[in-house]
Amino acid sequence: MERKRENQTVFFDNKPKIIGHYSIVGPKEGKGNLRKYFSEIEEKDDFFGQKTYEKAERVMIERALDGAIKSANAKYSDVHLFMAGDLLNQIISSSYAARSFDIPYVGVFGACSTMVEGLALSACLVDGGHFDTIACATSSHFSTAERQFRFPLELGNQRPPTSQWTVTGSGADIISIKGNGPIITCATFGKVTDYGISDVNNMGAAMAPAAMNTLIAHFKDTNTSPKDYDLILSGDLGKLGSEILIDLMEEQGYKLGLNYKDCGQIIYKRNQDVLMGGSGCGCSATVFNSIIMKKLMSGELKKVLFMATGALLSTTSSQQGDTVPGIAHAVVIEGVKK
Amino acid sequence: MQEQERNIRYNAYVEAKIAKTHAWPSLFNSFWVGGLICTLGQLCNDLILLWFPSVSTQSAWAYTLIILIFLASFLTGLGVFDKIGAFAGAGTIVPITGFSNSITSPALEFKNEGIIFGMCAKMFIIAGPVIVSGTVSSMIVGLIYLFV
Repeated sequence: MERKRENQTVFFDNKPKIIGHYSIVGPKEGKGNLRKYFSEIEEKDDFFGQKTYEKAERVMIERALDGAIKSANAKYSDVHLFMAGDLLNQIISSSYAARSFDIPYVGVFGACSTMVEGLALSACLVDGGHFDTIACATSSHFSTAERQFRFPLELGNQRPPTSQWTVTGSGADIISIKGNGPIITCATFGKVTDYGISDVNNMGAAMAPAAMNTLIAHFKDTNTSPKDYDLILSGDLGKLGSEILIDLMEEQGYKLGLNYKDCGQIIYKRNQDVLMGGSGCGCSATVFNSIIMKKLMSGELKKVLFMATGALLSTTSSQQGDTVPGIAHAVVIEGVKK
Repeated sequence: MQEQERNIRYNAYVEAKIAKTHAWPSLFNSFWVGGLICTLGQLCNDLILLWFPSVSTQSAWAYTLIILIFLASFLTGLGVFDKIGAFAGAGTIVPITGFSNSITSPALEFKNEGIIFGMCAKMFIIAGPVIVSGTVSSMIVGLIYLFV
């Protein structure tokens, strides 16, 4: 059977659905705007009962996957593939979490775009008939990210005003050809885009051009415009990054209006001292798997363009003075019709 | 070539887009917190000289430094120092308290990776450059003294 593809966008005719979802967050996120939407909030202990933050991140993924499978009313044996990724070197959080499940595992990396990358790839595999049911997950932890990318936690330094706050949280989805839930109708895979930003404390500016490229490719491939969507949701561009994206899109003749939102800007409250907003794989994963999924299931949102951006740098590349390449992937998810 | 121009243009645009921060409030906070730390040091110094008359001025300085280093290290362990540092910036970094914090914080951070390759090896990731530049500049000054 011929599959439909237009340039960078693939279309799914067999209606892969998100039949289960789960989000788990740490204490700070629990105090944020989306408190009542998260599936689980760890109120106090950002170690999640573990000895190290790295182990804590694994526990988050395990609990997220467990919760997502339960919310789909499925069993572990119903899931044929587990696809996950995170920010740590060699994606250890995902791979170590996968160790405790008896499910074939694929590790993916797209930095903070991993949630959408996972959803898009899962939808492809399910739509293509290779798997019936796939679980995909991602996570990030403020303290593991700080340790790996920035300074020791207790160092008394000041954060640059353009920096963002890595979300402690994990989200998981179950994508299946059977069952009921919001439908993934198409996915746009983005190109790596680098506009020469080398400031690692300004991820929003580094990723915005990639977001613009993917959005424009998506609108062209699908013959749509921003107003055709109830919500256009970007991952973690933050305040500055979203403003830049709006400017860049306007330059290209697309107007992003009130239906454009950024996960990084909605997850925290203003008084939480997060500067430009949230970031990290967990940012888009937890926002999508809480408020957005609830609204898609209730029919309040009918058509959502969910695009997550990632900054594909490492500490080595940034120490050597390299610029920060960005990537963005997008999926269209249609809500349950009431 | 075209790409380079585009990148230069984009960087300039981003630079202009970043909201300008005002230096005065930060300067004010660093000034009074830094001043407070120095006053505390002077107080320690004077009290040591007052209470222990047998201690020489030179030794009193050393004891004062030890007290300040201990306090900063202790507050780092309690998880308080990073909050003071975020508020006061250079006010806590420039006095010896900043140096103490820059050694204690990685020592705490990397203890999970083991005592030798974790704590001991990583202890100087922040303070290392300071020690190196201090040593090198003292060598240069020493050479100047030798010949001038």
